[in-house]
Amino acid sequence: MFHWLEKHPFFFAVGVFVVIAYAGLIEIVPNFAQASRPVIGTKPYTTLQLAGRDVYIKNSCNSCHSQLIRPFKAETDRYGHYSLSGEYAYDRPFLWGSERTGPDLHRVGNYRTTQWHENHMMDPAKIVEGSIMPAYPWLFKNKVDLDTAYAEQLTDWEFFGVPYNKPVPTKDGGTITVKMGKSVAESHALALAEAKKVVANMHNQDVKDAVARGEIPEIVALIAYLNSLK
Amino acid sequence: MENRPLEYDYTVAKMFMFTTIVLGIVGMSIGVFIAFELAFPGLNTIFGKTIAEYTAFGRLRPLHTDSVAFGFTLSGIWATWYYVGQRVLKVSMAESKFLMFIGKLHFWLYIIGVAAVVVSLFMGITTSKEYAEFEWPIDIAIVVVWVLWGVSVFGLIGIRREKSLYISIWYYIATFLGVGMLYLFNNMEVPTILATSPIGETDIGAWYHSVSMYAGTNDALVQWWYGHNAVAFVFTVPIVAMIYYFLPKESGQAIYSYKLSLLSFWGLMFVYLWAGGHHLLYSTVPDWVQTMGSIFSVILILPSWGSAINMLLTMKGEWQQVAASPLIKFMILASTFYMFSTLEGPIQAIKSVNAIAHFTNWIVGHVHDGTLGWVGFMIIAALYHMAPRVFKRELYSKGLMAAQFWIQTLGIVLYFTSMWIAGITQGMMWRAHDEFGNLAYSFMDTVNVLHPYYALRGVGGILYLTGFLMFAYNIYKTMSARPVEESELQNASPMGA
Repeated sequence: MFHWLEKHPFFFAVGVFVVIAYAGLIEIVPNFAQASRPVIGTKPYTTLQLAGRDVYIKNSCNSCHSQLIRPFKAETDRYGHYSLSGEYAYDRPFLWGSERTGPDLHRVGNYRTTQWHENHMMDPAKIVEGSIMPAYPWLFKNKVDLDTAYAEQLTDWEFFGVPYNKPVPTKDGGTITVKMGKSVAESHALALAEAKKVVANMHNQDVKDAVARGEIPEIVALIAYLNSLK
Repeated sequence: MENRPLEYDYTVAKMFMFTTIVLGIVGMSIGVFIAFELAFPGLNTIFGKTIAEYTAFGRLRPLHTDSVAFGFTLSGIWATWYYVGQRVLKVSMAESKFLMFIGKLHFWLYIIGVAAVVVSLFMGITTSKEYAEFEWPIDIAIVVVWVLWGVSVFGLIGIRREKSLYISIWYYIATFLGVGMLYLFNNMEVPTILATSPIGETDIGAWYHSVSMYAGTNDALVQWWYGHNAVAFVFTVPIVAMIYYFLPKESGQAIYSYKLSLLSFWGLMFVYLWAGGHHLLYSTVPDWVQTMGSIFSVILILPSWGSAINMLLTMKGEWQQVAASPLIKFMILASTFYMFSTLEGPIQAIKSVNAIAHFTNWIVGHVHDGTLGWVGFMIIAALYHMAPRVFKRELYSKGLMAAQFWIQTLGIVLYFTSMWIAGITQGMMWRAHDEFGNLAYSFMDTVNVLHPYYALRGVGGILYLTGFLMFAYNIYKTMSARPVEESELQNASPMGA
């Protein structure tokens, strides 16, 4: 049979393809039938948080930081409850990372504050002695791309049925509705309102002034995103 | 006239040889730079604070991985394809104007793709998925380039004189199919310009942005099915294709066992794809997928070692060649590193070992003993073998080649030993508890302890890069020397002192 295949490239290629595709069919396809459902307390990202997530991706924070707490005592002691599949239901793409040059961030919102992030991003080694993380001063100057984040949010809502403007259950038994703007203008207004709450806890005057003018620096969006990781 | 040997046409092979070397230098230089950034964070701003955004570790890391994987390695794969393909199929590129055109188009579109990738990654335009960072417009370009290569492969096969496909061709076909399938499925994404707001606005935000078709755990599953098998079909399968051609050619020895090559080929094809789950051990993917990943990783030793042993036994009775020829040394060390790396991988895929190894520098060490030792050495050897035949000149310097071999070998050893120690130290410190059950070390303790290993790894990188520059120089001098070889060369490559 093999001798025959080696003289018939078409059937050879078909044979190879069947053999390599087989594993994917068995391992991956069944999991899509039971795509992870959000756990109680997991809510969709707001426009500002999505914009911050894009800043996180733009700077490849995931090259050095994981977002996956494994079910070991050492990890739950250090980072909190181990990660659950449903908590990632709205993560497109997933950001688990593959290296922990820096600590895990899956629940960083539980133990770091806006002010801590602000100081840390400006000069990590000043806040954490010996830190090898680069400083990110440009985040305080670059304006965040809200339009793209809104387009991303619309895509999530339109193509993947992410429940915006619908009540989702919270841990305390109530519900919460994450708002999505009906237009670009409304999405900007919602993001700005959220940004104002973030900068209330910041001290950098340039950033405060920018938000007062209606512009949102990348750092504000990034902090909004990091604070949402709980 | 009738009995004249075939004149092969190496135009396209030469073009890809050039990008192999250039992109190799670029990718490895970035690698050395970011390695030292971790040891000496002050380097983040060495090119000035104003452009620090573009020289920070996070921005450069994908540039490093993509330029060595899809720059250096893919170019090397294609350079050898446009050389080996003609020779084992007994047909010249010059016989088909169409295939020649496709080959050149393949090269130039690839160059455009590389340029687009470099610009977009510097700007931070990325999907974040490792080795699949490119946004949808570049994905489409990549698919076109890939299809052109496929036309080239099957086109040449279509007009072949030798009816039976040599082992190397099996592996090139598998590379084409494997990467094609993986890339398509992993990069399924919805461009955000397709979105419409509730009041009917369209065309919002950046036109090149997209959202992954998969969410969370499923996204991770598809990504590591891809990520692991990109290693399979870029760093393993086509490199095996190379060694099956170049080692017998250079040594003048026949392949040790045809049956062993059959077993290893079909075994590798079937087993490799299952093993992706070992990147996701103790994560939120289903437990049975993790277990399958572990088990198949261990089984994978069989076909991997099958190929490597087949190569080593090909040298049976001719081991003096390893001492005599630096070119044979490169290939023998490559297959040795292949064995080594394909044993290390399965060990790391065992769940209890992975609990310590995952997220640490041990993984980085593992990747690099495979890529530097196996992929890098094999591509270097292939190009050294091709150069005298392509340029019809004797290789410039055997002494330089031998020096390069030892410098690079030392570099690899420094690299993986430092990363082993770093990784296992990290893994053990993260999980250590004191007598009261509290964590014994803060995270910063585990960062501080790594400094000497990061520095040593950087030195290993410099040595490897130095060797690579010697390689580039040796090839350059070979190209620019006076032509000496008139007739078709058999076996061992001629080398100057």
